[in-house]
Amino acid sequence: MWNYEKRLQYPINIKETNPKLAMLIISQYGGPDGELGASLRYLSQRYSIPYREVAGLLTDIGTEELAHLEMVSTMVHQLTRNLTPEEIQSSGFAPYYVDHTLAVWPQAAGGVPFNACQFQSKGDPITDLVEDMAAEQKARTTYDNLLRIIKDPDVADPLRFLRAREVIHFQRFGEALRIVQEHLDSKNFYQCNPAIDKNCGCK
Amino acid sequence: MLNMPMNQEQLRLWIDQVSLALVDTLLFLDTHPYDEDALNYYKHHAAMKKKAVKMYEDQYGPLTARSAPTKDYWDWVMQPWPWEGGCK
Repeated sequence: MWNYEKRLQYPINIKETNPKLAMLIISQYGGPDGELGASLRYLSQRYSIPYREVAGLLTDIGTEELAHLEMVSTMVHQLTRNLTPEEIQSSGFAPYYVDHTLAVWPQAAGGVPFNACQFQSKGDPITDLVEDMAAEQKARTTYDNLLRIIKDPDVADPLRFLRAREVIHFQRFGEALRIVQEHLDSKNFYQCNPAIDKNCGCK
Repeated sequence: MLNMPMNQEQLRLWIDQVSLALVDTLLFLDTHPYDEDALNYYKHHAAMKKKAVKMYEDQYGPLTARSAPTKDYWDWVMQPWPWEGGCK
């Protein structure tokens, strides 16, 4: 069960609209390494993880990703609100506008819609956690790519916050992987899958 | 109801029931923000939930991470997760 807090995890107050930037930032909403996929990845994976502290980490990071989803959506919204038809035409925002007006919809910067194939829930704790670590790095790279070209401090500041959280999550998932490995046979972590095989643990 | 002795399962069921009353009233209030009866109903049940949650957490462990730091270790990841089922 979830509860909603009526606040953003980090404040966002963008004064200048910029639909071109919105089209780039939207990738962290519905793109291949975006926050929607991150949240669904962790919240889907947690059921088959046999260790409670790792299931807890997946629950709590998956929950934080929902707050990041809200931040990215807020940025897209503030960058596109009150656009005039002329601004829509001249900024290249028109193809998105035709389908979604000024609403927020999960797609990648290139226009590809969100797709669950952008993440895995494999049912093997080592496999899932290694994917999670890679996912945090891919998201960090995306934020780095955005920050390289975004100069507006109103936009860059919250992006830097989100980037820093990716690094923290990567660190925590690394620790979760270590916890999983400590439950397994150190001579061969891959001898069995503790999420499905019986008596799979330290020898 | 809260004055009667309840085991963990009964107390959680009670929290589930009060919570549903709150969620349902919340939705009603979203579209009827000036409805006095609904507002009073919400307040009454919110107070009951607060009391029940405190009772539950004091005895059986945290229901939210926010209320977890009550022991000298992080109790949040020690109790069963809700999807584990079966465990009473």
